[in-house]
Amino acid sequence: MNAFGYLAEFNTPGELLHAAEAVRDAGYTKFDAHSPFPIHGMDDAMGLKPSKLGWVILCGGATGLLTGITLQWWASAVAYPLVISGKPLFSFQAFVPVTFELMVLFSAFSAVFGMLIINRLPKWYHSLFNHESFGKVTSHGFFISVEAKDPLFDTEKTKQFLESAGGRNVSLVEE
Amino acid sequence: MSASIELDPSKRIPLVTGDLNFEQITDIVSKPTETKAPKWWWIILSGSVSLALLLISMIGYLVFEGIGVWGLNNPVAWGFAIVNLVFWVGIGHAGTLISAILFLFRQKWRTSINRFAEAMTIFAVICALIFPAIHVGRIWLAYFMFPVPNSMAMWPNFRSPLLWDLFAFTTYFTTSLLFWYVGLIPDLATLRDRSTTKVRKMVYGIFALGWRGANRHWQNYEKAYMILAALAAPLVLSVHSIVSFDFAVSQLPGWHTTIFPPYFVAGAIFSGFAMVVSLMVLARELFGLKDLVTMHHLECMNKVILATGTMVGYAYGMEFFMAWYSGYEYESFAFINRAFGPYAWAYWIMISCNVISPQLFWFKKLRTSIPVMFIISIFVNIGMWFERFVITMTLHRDFLPSSWGYYSPTWVDICTLLGSFGLFFTLFLLFLRFLPMVAMSEVKTVIPAANPHHGEEH
Repeated sequence: MNAFGYLAEFNTPGELLHAAEAVRDAGYTKFDAHSPFPIHGMDDAMGLKPSKLGWVILCGGATGLLTGITLQWWASAVAYPLVISGKPLFSFQAFVPVTFELMVLFSAFSAVFGMLIINRLPKWYHSLFNHESFGKVTSHGFFISVEAKDPLFDTEKTKQFLESAGGRNVSLVEE
Repeated sequence: MSASIELDPSKRIPLVTGDLNFEQITDIVSKPTETKAPKWWWIILSGSVSLALLLISMIGYLVFEGIGVWGLNNPVAWGFAIVNLVFWVGIGHAGTLISAILFLFRQKWRTSINRFAEAMTIFAVICALIFPAIHVGRIWLAYFMFPVPNSMAMWPNFRSPLLWDLFAFTTYFTTSLLFWYVGLIPDLATLRDRSTTKVRKMVYGIFALGWRGANRHWQNYEKAYMILAALAAPLVLSVHSIVSFDFAVSQLPGWHTTIFPPYFVAGAIFSGFAMVVSLMVLARELFGLKDLVTMHHLECMNKVILATGTMVGYAYGMEFFMAWYSGYEYESFAFINRAFGPYAWAYWIMISCNVISPQLFWFKKLRTSIPVMFIISIFVNIGMWFERFVITMTLHRDFLPSSWGYYSPTWVDICTLLGSFGLFFTLFLLFLRFLPMVAMSEVKTVIPAANPHHGEEH
């Protein structure tokens, strides 16, 4: 049997937070905390670096901005030049609304799809779904998973460690 | 969510009553989607579907016969189509305000109502988008509005506010839908994990994208949510400002005013909150959500209605002042004609519903009374529809008395408006039945037990 790793259950957000700190301090890197809602302070407790998503969205927004202004300049001044109410062909003031809307549109798409790509979602099969009580995680369950791929992972020691950190029902999850 | 303020439950009004724990919140919210639909749901659904079918047949009739079936004439070339468009899109704005602007201001009471209000936004914008699409007459040429290469080598006029509208609406609809869906992902996963049948597990599972509550995911998720909120906040202001440009950029007395963008935005929020209150009062009663949507939530919304209603009243007054102060006789005439001309009846319906009725919310007794707030919220919706009607009807008396006219809607106009309500309620009832109507994962963060330091000694 190929093991995905250990899954340990905790009772409260506070217990989960302290256990995550313990796992981080023990030097594990391939682990995760699972909870029904985001827990305040968990990113620091797990030692995660800040999300890079903001940069993705910035690029998306900049692309939208350039697309908006280029599209309107090209359509109004190059492809189909028409003088309307005596304005110059490239009257950028009138192009602000569409430019802004396209910036928002492109940013929104990069926010959502960037988030999904960074999170490697959708992922309809995941080893953790094999665990019979993991379904609680979206309602009232708090779990820590430590992957077998972690260099510090050891079938015996990791189990003992998770139990000492307060984990209940520490069990091996199949790949 | 991440940079949350520490709530001290002993000092603040609790956002969730009944001392619920995480599991109970899941149960309360999931229950309507898991039990058999109540009888009233079927009754209202059948009524709504009939009206939605009426809408479809009216659109079919319009496309077949042409715009002449509507009551439009010269000089009133804009009628119910733009009135309904502005009405529906305005209703939608409350959803974005609640989900985005109140989120950025860390107004935690929004968590119980934001899903509901966002759903309302999506459905209201769908209803709104129908009108500009069908009003073009030859609907098969609607693609002229989009900047697509065509054999005539024509491009849209990007200096037209009507084209800005197209971009504003499509962006607004797409962004609202994305925002709503991102918020739904964790809750869809909840429904997936609770499902007892294979079909439910499959369907909710597909849309939940394999969400497993991992903190490495929550981290990016919260970032995405926060930035979407930061994008949606200026977006919603821009959308209704652009809607007001449809009027304000024209050079007609009564329309060509700089107060229009803020006045339209305030009106949109006003009407949208009224719609949220109307729907929420019923839903919390019928679905047993009184612990999640408390009187405190309703009172907060009523305060917003009072504030925005007063702003709208101020704008009505300021329009009259400017008409007089400008010394421009056509502008003065436009406003005197609004209040005392052939459409005075519509004007005074607007004033009584929008300016007078929300003032009752100054009294705590009245703004915490369910029947009173329900009736006022209906009044506000009627009043806000009439506001747009009054503004559009400015057209009926222009510069030359020889070209004056009067607009009356035809039966097709009226049935199309009724039908749009049918479509809205059909979509809304389906939402109430199949999706979690309260954002569970967000509500759980505002109860004391969600604080990781809850119960610890300080």
